[in-house]
Amino acid sequence: MSTIADRLIEDAGLRAGVSRLTPEKIEKVFKELIAGECGARLKTYLETCVHCGMCAKACHYYMSHKDPSYMPAAKVTQTMAKLMAAGGKVDPKLIYECAQVSYTECNLCRRCIHYCPLGIDTGYIMSVVRRLCHKLGCTPQYIQDTAHSHSATMNQMWVKDDEWPDTLQWQEEEARDEFPGLRIPLDLEGADFMYSVIAPEPKFRTQLIYQAAAIFNAAGLNWTMPSMPGWDNSNMAMFSGDSEIMGRVERAHYEMAQKLRVKRIVMGECGHAFRAVYDVGNRWLGWKWTPVPMVHSIEFFWELIQQGRIKITHKYADPVTIHDPCNVIRGRGLMDKLREVTHFLCEEVVEMHPNREHNYCCCAGGGVINCGPPFKNVRVAGNSIKAEQLKATGVHTLVAPCHNCHGGLEDIISKYELGMHTKFLGDLIYELMEKPEAE
Amino acid sequence: MHALYDLAVGPLAWLAFGVFIIGSIYRLLAMRALALKKDGAFMTYISWPHAIKSLVHWFTPFGALGWKENPGVTIATFVFHICLFLVPIFLMGHIVLFDTFRGWSWPALPDGVADALAIVVVLICAYFLWRRLSVPEVRFLTTPQDVFVVSLVGLTFLTGVLAYHRIGDNLVLTTLHILCGEAMLAAIPFTRLSHMLFAVFSRGYIASEFGSVRFAKDW
Repeated sequence: MSTIADRLIEDAGLRAGVSRLTPEKIEKVFKELIAGECGARLKTYLETCVHCGMCAKACHYYMSHKDPSYMPAAKVTQTMAKLMAAGGKVDPKLIYECAQVSYTECNLCRRCIHYCPLGIDTGYIMSVVRRLCHKLGCTPQYIQDTAHSHSATMNQMWVKDDEWPDTLQWQEEEARDEFPGLRIPLDLEGADFMYSVIAPEPKFRTQLIYQAAAIFNAAGLNWTMPSMPGWDNSNMAMFSGDSEIMGRVERAHYEMAQKLRVKRIVMGECGHAFRAVYDVGNRWLGWKWTPVPMVHSIEFFWELIQQGRIKITHKYADPVTIHDPCNVIRGRGLMDKLREVTHFLCEEVVEMHPNREHNYCCCAGGGVINCGPPFKNVRVAGNSIKAEQLKATGVHTLVAPCHNCHGGLEDIISKYELGMHTKFLGDLIYELMEKPEAE
Repeated sequence: MHALYDLAVGPLAWLAFGVFIIGSIYRLLAMRALALKKDGAFMTYISWPHAIKSLVHWFTPFGALGWKENPGVTIATFVFHICLFLVPIFLMGHIVLFDTFRGWSWPALPDGVADALAIVVVLICAYFLWRRLSVPEVRFLTTPQDVFVVSLVGLTFLTGVLAYHRIGDNLVLTTLHILCGEAMLAAIPFTRLSHMLFAVFSRGYIASEFGSVRFAKDW
């Protein structure tokens, strides 16, 4: 039977990292990690897994390859179980394998929790393996670059301090051609909400900022965006295993909202960022719940529709299907609101199956797409099951309110020639909404 | 052999029950202490209403996605675990032993029913072993401990069935049956069988996270 050792992919970051390791160094770091950061969850999961194999069908990698070495429990037996058995004193070669499994063959999507009667959270175990790899300096080069960017600039994409407000003002200027009264209010203290986005938006999806501003303008909202670091809500350090940088990034984001004295944070259409702000950063910083109230765009658009603040001229005519992003569905239960918003905007919605909490992952999230080109084929080949799921709907428009999902889905749509287009809710709302002052 | 039988029903029985009960309590308390010490940022979300709701689904055959997608294993697992508790506790032969030694007694299953259920356990153990060796997904995961644990349970019931039907040397089989059963009890706190102790809590914890933080079902 094939194992991870049979499919190693060359990555400069992993190769350089592993070359610096010795079994003794790994043992030292592993023991510190287990003693310092791990507790009853890891111990229980590793001890009680009865190796029943029921989790196989949970994982899109397994469903696509039908190779046992991709199933959730097998990811653990090939990594953490080996480390535990050896007390961490392992050949550096194993760390390469651990890194490739945990960073590039698991999206931390948590679907396997719906399959394991014991409730074993394989995503958590993979996060611990990533944490070890990070501490050992063995991280895939591309995702490490984003973590470096977070560390140096407080955003994921090396956006410089002057480029950020410049981009916002550029989008404001562009939008004022269409909506003369539109503003993107910077640092407006006491605004109703701070709108935060992920750094790829100013970097290469600036039209999303334009569209959001147009929607907020049409709805007559009192909002603001920060001009200083803390504006980026993304967090790849969370996925690279760098909890310290992860915590700094989240602190900067919360504190920016507190400094602006806004009532809450509205987050753009991104899943992992939501996970970082809603579920991970707060815990690291010692908050049970987020220190500043926050909502994801799905919920925010849903509120605006309920309040009658978004009016559309017509519904989207072509049938659409809905992709449920893990981090806001399994991570926040927004499946009903996502459907209500989509039904409000579109004539016909064709559901894909399985859906809602049971939906298959896009195979890009969890930092996998951020591991870059060396691993692209793995995640595209590893999600043929999603391609089949999409194809079965027979529609050409796919609503996916998450950036990583867009990236992953577009790749499989292209590879499997599905002839579909992905859309954010913001794309649809902007396209369909009444634009009273538009010229 | 008589001496071994006396040892098995005497001191070893005390030892097995002692290891099982004290060991289980120790493991549960130690794990709770570890959770409170090291997993505070997670234990704080424990919500028993959500945990119980999820456990009801997971304790219902086909009540959760994993069960629905693995129908064969689901039926085998439920029947196996129900029989595993029912037969040893409500078997006339066992109640008679407790009555003789301690004067405790409670209603028993009819012998024929208990016998049939015990045979079912043996057959399901054989099915589990077959899966371990033949189904690629399970074989990939299987360790010697997994084979040992299933074999131990299977042997306990097999020797019990053979002894009941007077097949083979009755004293040898009865003694073996008792020794296997005692080994199984003593193994519960210290092997994968500890899922008997921890499953409710590991499921309950993740159900709490899903229910109270993530507002999504975990079944």
